[in-house]
Amino acid sequence: MRHLGLTIAVIPLLASCGGGLAGKVSVDGSSTVYPLTAIAAEDFHQVSDDIQVKVGSSGTGGGFEKFCRGELDANNASRPIKDSEIENCQRAGIDFASLTMGIDALTVVVNPENDWATCLTTDQLRAIWEPKSQVNNWQQVDPSFPDVPLRLFGPGTDSGTFDYFTEVINGDEGASRTDFTPSEDDNVVVQGIVGTRGGLGYFGYTYFEENADRLRAVEIDSGDGCVPPSATTAQDGSYTPLARPLYVYLSVQALARPEVKTFFDFYVENDASIAEGAKFIALNADQRQELRSEYTELLNQAAQATPRV
Amino acid sequence: MSNPLVQQRPRIGEGIIKLILISAAAVSILTTFGILLSVAVPAVEFFSEIPLPTFLFGTEWTPLFKDGSFGVLPLVSGTLVITAIAVLVAIPLGLGSAIYLSEYAPARVRRVLKPTLEVLAGIPTVVFGFFALEFVTRVLLVRIFPDIDIFNALSAGLVMGVMIIPTVASLSEDAMSAVPTGLRDGSYALGSSRRQTALKVVIPAALSGIVAAFVLGISRAIGETMIVTVAAGLEPRLSLNPLEGMQTMTSYIAAAGAGDLATGSIQYKSIFAVGLLLFIMTFFMNIISIRMVRRFRQVYQ
Repeated sequence: MRHLGLTIAVIPLLASCGGGLAGKVSVDGSSTVYPLTAIAAEDFHQVSDDIQVKVGSSGTGGGFEKFCRGELDANNASRPIKDSEIENCQRAGIDFASLTMGIDALTVVVNPENDWATCLTTDQLRAIWEPKSQVNNWQQVDPSFPDVPLRLFGPGTDSGTFDYFTEVINGDEGASRTDFTPSEDDNVVVQGIVGTRGGLGYFGYTYFEENADRLRAVEIDSGDGCVPPSATTAQDGSYTPLARPLYVYLSVQALARPEVKTFFDFYVENDASIAEGAKFIALNADQRQELRSEYTELLNQAAQATPRV
Repeated sequence: MSNPLVQQRPRIGEGIIKLILISAAAVSILTTFGILLSVAVPAVEFFSEIPLPTFLFGTEWTPLFKDGSFGVLPLVSGTLVITAIAVLVAIPLGLGSAIYLSEYAPARVRRVLKPTLEVLAGIPTVVFGFFALEFVTRVLLVRIFPDIDIFNALSAGLVMGVMIIPTVASLSEDAMSAVPTGLRDGSYALGSSRRQTALKVVIPAALSGIVAAFVLGISRAIGETMIVTVAAGLEPRLSLNPLEGMQTMTSYIAAAGAGDLATGSIQYKSIFAVGLLLFIMTFFMNIISIRMVRRFRQVYQ
């Protein structure tokens, strides 16, 4: 998901205590994951000296493009890397691995005046969003719902959110009805639903939290009863299928540089407080252990790699 | 004996100045060619994959979706509907302002009013876009049309019309002020009122200039991007109902360009195909405009 314009957080570090590492760490990618790494960079600034961490948000795909040209040390991703992108990385000789740094939950939202759709089943969501869907009125979703036109808003086709939603709801990544208002800017979705009584849309849980006073989140029933989106339900896996991991793809060659290692040591060490600070859902104990062991493995690889600047 | 009026020694400084000025003029020409070239190459590649008739006459535009369709008509209709609304606003109001400024307003009022009007032209279009969405739609239009879409063509068209009033008014006013005073004096001498002079003498005399102003205003409306991106919605819809959301050619380019399209993909090339069509449309509008201005100049020289 993208915001209008490019958000870049540069955390300048002034030499306060001597003897520290200098250098730059550059991260780009998904704007969904952006807050996570931006908070990590901000917190990191409190404890380290001259290392500058620059975080951009040109989108998962745009980030991978740069990452696989060797322009980035790490890429934030809201979906796993695609085969074509892996090829690009291989061609450039970049070894990488993904780390799951936190969890996001996709949230289906409606207008607060909508007092009928408190819970939707994944089948209903599919009927609404599947390709060539003719569902244009709430009554078609459920006969007990009132006769109100259904207007749809959603993220644009380039966003990881769209890919993820279509994959788990429609069963095929990228397959969606096309007659809705798509935007790479989540704000457009918010504006649309706030202004439309029969509006429905979806985006990341954090974005819902920021707009919780203007929108209502729908509970999701995937067969085991209605589950509201929340930290607990995303973490314990009960908010299924709309909770998803947030990835950071890290280049092994970049990790061989001490400043990159210092930053990611910090990031991995403090994943819980960072996720909380970024209003994401932190990993649970098992997931955290997995993150640590994967990171250690990556450090071993980096120890043998040639640093790449 | 040499002619004393002919320059004998070459002036080097003059030559350098000439060279600088030529390169200044060349920048815009080269840029135009550069744009045309950079748009045409991917567009030609696009048309090698998507046949031209499919593109021009298809009624569904969903290139970014899986198994998408490439019929540009919904974008063209969105562009034309919104442009038409803008023109319906800008031409009467712009021409009215021009007539007032040129024929009725006292010189002092004119000195204040004309620059004030032109301030409108200095407002960033994204600001107009949010004005259209947050005020025109949310505050005004929902009261008149309760079923109106939150993103709709009407608000975008209305506000775009207001945005191009200065273009239309200012250029029309220039054309009307350029009408020789003799024509007006003759009209008054025959006992005409101000209204008769304005409508029957000045406007016909300045007509080609006024038409050129209209054409330029329409070109601006066709090319305008931010207002429609913010206020008209991003859903390509083949419809003439201005209460519905629509997508224009420019807002498709902006929205698709803001995404993460893989370079070289057909979706990416579709941006250039739409861009080329838009370029051709505005190019013809501007040619018409230039020809009008030429005709207008010839009349009184």
